[in-house]
Order: sequence, then structure tokens, then C-alpha cells
Amino acid sequence: MSTRGVEAEIITELRLGLPGNSSSGEKNEKKKKRVFDEMVNDEGNSSCSGNERKNENTEKMNKAQVVGWPPVCSYRKKLIQRDNTMYVKISMDGAPFLRKIDLGNHKGYPELALAFEKLFDCHGIREALKDADNSEYIPIYEDKDGDWMLVGDVPWE
Amino acid sequence: MAYSFPVEVLEHIFSFIDSDNDRNAVSLVCKSWYEIERWCRRKIFIGNCYAVTPRIMIRRFPELRSVSLKGKPHFADFNLVPEGWGGYVDPWVLAMGRAYPFLEELRLKRMVVSDEALEMVSKSFKNFKVLVLSSCEGFTTDGLASIAANCRNLRELDLRESDVEDLGGNWLSCFPESCTSLVSLNISCLGSDWSLQSLSALERLVGRSPNLRRLRLNRAVPLDKLANLLRRAPQLVELGTGTFSSELRPDVFSNLSGAFSGCKELKALSGFWDAVPSHLPAVYTICSGLTSLNLSDANIQSSDLVKLISECQNLQRLWVFDYIEDSGLEALAESCKNLQELRVFPSDPYAMEPNVTLTEQGLVAVSEGCPKLESVLYFCRQFTNNALFTIAKNRPNLTRFRLCIIEPRTPDYITLEPLDAGFGAIVQNCKELRRLSLSGLLTDRVFEHIGTHAKKLEMLSIAFAGDSDLGLYHVLSGCKSLRKLEIRDCPFGDKALLANAAKLETMRSLWMSSCLVSFEACKLLGQKMPRLNVEVIDERGPPDSRPESYPVEKLYIYRSVAGPRLDMPAFVWTMDEELALRLS
Repeated sequence: MSTRGVEAEIITELRLGLPGNSSSGEKNEKKKKRVFDEMVNDEGNSSCSGNERKNENTEKMNKAQVVGWPPVCSYRKKLIQRDNTMYVKISMDGAPFLRKIDLGNHKGYPELALAFEKLFDCHGIREALKDADNSEYIPIYEDKDGDWMLVGDVPWE
Repeated sequence: MAYSFPVEVLEHIFSFIDSDNDRNAVSLVCKSWYEIERWCRRKIFIGNCYAVTPRIMIRRFPELRSVSLKGKPHFADFNLVPEGWGGYVDPWVLAMGRAYPFLEELRLKRMVVSDEALEMVSKSFKNFKVLVLSSCEGFTTDGLASIAANCRNLRELDLRESDVEDLGGNWLSCFPESCTSLVSLNISCLGSDWSLQSLSALERLVGRSPNLRRLRLNRAVPLDKLANLLRRAPQLVELGTGTFSSELRPDVFSNLSGAFSGCKELKALSGFWDAVPSHLPAVYTICSGLTSLNLSDANIQSSDLVKLISECQNLQRLWVFDYIEDSGLEALAESCKNLQELRVFPSDPYAMEPNVTLTEQGLVAVSEGCPKLESVLYFCRQFTNNALFTIAKNRPNLTRFRLCIIEPRTPDYITLEPLDAGFGAIVQNCKELRRLSLSGLLTDRVFEHIGTHAKKLEMLSIAFAGDSDLGLYHVLSGCKSLRKLEIRDCPFGDKALLANAAKLETMRSLWMSSCLVSFEACKLLGQKMPRLNVEVIDERGPPDSRPESYPVEKLYIYRSVAGPRLDMPAFVWTMDEELALRLS
């Protein structure tokens, strides 16, 4: 009973029109609605290559790129992207086994070098990568033509 | 009263009282009971680390053995809370290190933990037993090395879903040979590249832990190592495998199968990264004993899923990708009559078109076939009011219902109406509902239903819903048991919030982002309610650089006896008397 009274009060205070309806509402309220509509209803392009995830006020916001939607934990999101796996074989002279590493998991050469160090429990690869002239060892890889190439020449992408 | 028992007797009686609510009730009976209770309380749960300070906790409860803390709001899981917002455990560890030398257990969720804090934990508490870091971040394997090296009686180390920087260095070998007390080890969140030395350190650790009951491995542990580990720990009750793929060799398979059949106590299985379907039968021998199966890290398709699940007649909990499809869920409904909890995750959440046939039919089938179903998390792309009516009718015993229709504002795909009536049926029929997440096209009407019927609802998540402040008003004025409310992208503004300001003190917290609450209203709320921290989170710059009527980006309101916090980053402002004076 008292709820209904307050409810009635609320109704007289609020505009219950459809979004975008201009009525006795103040200019500011309308502005608020428009910003809100832009943030969410934008058609945008359907390609998933857009990287504008952080900036909520951009016009061209891709629907699929709404920040934090769908509500999948960032922990889980990392796992979903596993279809980009690129496993390559790594061998170290003197090691009895070869190892395999997923290139998709790493974002650049320094990270890759760290991964090598972890896999083989050794140090010096990162330094070798940075300063090839001064170190005893250099990291090399065999490309599809069968040639041995110095790691780091080709851009990571 | 002169007739009360001696203190020792009361203490003894209180020692049987475990639940926080009961303990809190006991402490309200009278002053002497308050005093006795506070000296003998051993366990505390703090749902919001900023609601209270370490000093206040220590002053009231001088003899704690177990502390649980939660930091960031839930929406931090979806990247809605900017980096650097807060939730630092270091000041707590510092204070507890001095006050609680006998602390045994520390459980943290969504907090920022430094390596220094971990080192301090490992050195301050001689009898430290349990460390659970759930969705935490800020530490590296060096911090873990301190824990391993210094905690002589460690029983549990659980890093579930935390973000750990892996610096290599083989921290597992820091567990001394004399450490044989491990009961639970969860390292499933760690990286996928490990040296052979780390793997053998793990094997040795498992081998010398006769009490090990829960072991969750990370992706780095290859399949051919799993059999060895299982043979060293046949007493396991819960297992998370490492990577479940390898070249198919018959000897690997039979070795693995044999190892699994030796684990007669296994009740829970998870892991299965990169699972190759032909390897799955290796676990068949233990399936009938399983009560929990988590396949949400595995790319297994429907038919293989069905084969596996149909072996697990006693399943109570299933987490799975939507690869299971409607057909798989129908099979689940047939085989698993004890199912209590179902979570179906999206395999391709950003695809415009559905990649699998998972619709409302699947969930309806499970609601029909599984009489004990009470907890649901379901991601899909279409739903109808009728399906919701059916689910509500079939399962009035639901306690947790989280439905996520992937495209925001999707209507009933048959009638094109909002899903108000469907969710209304859920809250009306499911009288024990404690947690609800809404999605799809929803008007203020659904909130009217929720406010009227959801009297036991404790946590509500709303996104892209409602028409006006009336929606928020219904929730705040109607939901008696509401503790946590999180809202994003809804047209809720100042009026409902200000009209229900007192309600906010009865709740743990309210999160609103991309809504229509003005800076002016935030200031007003902060001024009027000194026991609320009203935090404006806005990465566009200081809120007073825009007109007061402009909506704030994000708003986090929580009750607190600690006053405004002092560790805020540049993009967070607490609305209080001081701020109002400074800005006026």
C-alpha cells in the first residue's frame, strides 16, 4: 500500500517514454540517453579484427567487442583462443629429448627466449638474443627451405 | 546476568559453533557473550576487504587462525574493473604477521598479492597450513618458492584461476624433502612450458605426500607423465590432468588406463587440455564413481562427450563447453539422475553465428530429466518465455540460475517479446533462489516480478536491461535478502538510487557501470551516507571536469566501517564530506 504510493510518486517524477522521445525532459537527460545509446546500439562493422576494446565512447564500436561481454572470465578467455596453436620442435645440443612449444602462446622474441630457458633450465639465451656478438651461443632455427637462420631477423608477426 | 555459566564452559560450548551467522548471533546476546565469543573465534570471512581494516579485525578478534578475504568486485572477472583499482593484501599480511603468529589459513579471492607478501606469510606463521589464492594476481613463481621453502606444515596450496608470472626457476624443488604434509595442490593456472627438472620435482613431491587427496595439474604436465603421478598417488580424490594429448601409442594408453583404474577413490576429474577423443576411454574405469566432471578446458565434441558422460551415472556436477549441444544434454538428462549443477560455457562467444546447436531445448531437457538440478550457468544464443516457464515449473528447487543469451537484448525468438514473463516465472516458482543473472530483452516489468517474488535472492546480475529508474527501484525496494547487486549498461539513474539509499547499507555492495547515475547524485549519496563508500571510477579524468549531471563511467558502492580507503589510484574518487567541501 505504501509502496504503491511511492511508486505513484516515482511515476510522476520520471519520464516513462521510449528512449529518444523528447518530452519535458531536460536537455541533459536527453544527452545522457544519446551517449548511452551510442555506447551500446552502434551497428559497427562485423569483422572481429577491430581492437577498440577499451574505449567505450568510440562511434565505431563493434557489437562483438563490447567490453566484458559476454561475461566469460578472462581466465577462460585465454583457453578459448587455443585454436591458434603453432607447435614447433626445439632441440638443444646435448639435451637427450627435443621439446615442443606453442608459438601462439608467446608475444615476442624475448618471451620466447625466456620459454627456451625454462624448458631447458639454462641461462644465456635471452642475452644471446639481445647481443649476438658478445655471447658464446646464438639461437638459430631451420626454416622451410632447410636453411639455418638467426632468430630475430624476421618480425614476430 | 548472575546465573551464567563460567567462562570456560561457555567457551567450550561456543567451540561447537562454526557458522559465521551463528557466531555473529551469539555475540549479540549480551556483553559478556560478546567478549567470550570474540576471544574464541578462530575463523573469519570478510567479503569485502575495504569494509573493515586489519586493525579493526585484530582489535576485535585477537586469536584468529583462519582468515578469508575478498577484494575486487565480481565484474573484475570480465575486465570491467581497471588495472590498479585496489584489493592489495600486503597491509593485511603485514598486520596479521604481527598479531597472529599462529595463523594457519589464508584464503584470498580477487586480490593483488605481491611476492613480498607471500614471503612474509611463509616466514611469519610457524604453523601455516592452507593458502588459497583464487583469481588473484601480482605474484610470481618466486613468491611460490618462498611458500614452498618455508611452510613446514603446508597442507593446501591452491592457486585456482590466478594470474601467476612464471619466472622459471623450478620453484617446486623448493619444497624440502622433509615436506610430506600436502593434502591439496592446485597449480592448474600455471604456464604450459616446464623443464624436465620441474616435472621430476613434481613427481618426487607427489611421491612423498601420502595424504595428497586433491591434485590439479597444469597444461605443462604431459600425458605420459600422468600415469607415473597417478601410480604414486592412488589415494587421490580429485584430479586435474595436464595436457591430454600425445601421439597415440598403445603402450601409453594401456599404462594410463591401468593407472586410472588404480585410483579407486577418485570423485572429481578436470583438466583434459587438448584432449584427443581416442584417449578418453582411459578414464572409463573410474567414471562410475565420479561426482564431478569439469570438461570446460577441453575441445571435445558432442558424440565423444556423450560417450564419456554416459559412463558417469553418479555425476552431480558437470562443467562443459557448448559442444555438448542439445542432443548431448538430452543424453545427460537420461544418464545422470543425480545431477545438481550444470555449467555450459561458450566455445566461440564472439562468433556472430552459432557454431553449435545449443539452444533452450538442451536446458529444458535437463530440467525435466534431473530432479535434483539446483544450480545452472548456461550460455546460448536463443531462448523463449515458454522454455523459462517449463524450466521454472520443472525445477522449483533451483537456487542459482544464470542465463546468458550471448547477444544483448535478444527477445523471445518465436514471439519476439521480452523475456520478462519467463524470468518472472523463475522467481515466482523458485522460492529458494539465491542467485540470478538475467539476459535477453527485458523491460522494467521483469524487475517488478523480481522485487515482488525474489525474497531470498542474495545476488543479482543485470546487463542491457530495463527502461527506467523504476526497474532499479523495484529491485532495491523489494528484494529483502539482496547482498550483492551488479549492473551494467542499464538506463538506471539517480532517482531510484537516492530513494533507496538506506537499502545500500544492508547490502555488501552495488556495482553500476555504463548506467545513468550522475556525479551530482554520487556526491549527494556520499555526503548523506557516511557508512557507505561511494567510489566513482572514471578513466576519462576527474568527474568535476564535466558537468555534474553527466553520468559517471563506473560506480562502486559498499558499506564500510573503515571509512574511505587511502590506496586509491588516480581514476577513483570516494564521495564523502571532505570531497564535497573541496569541490564546492
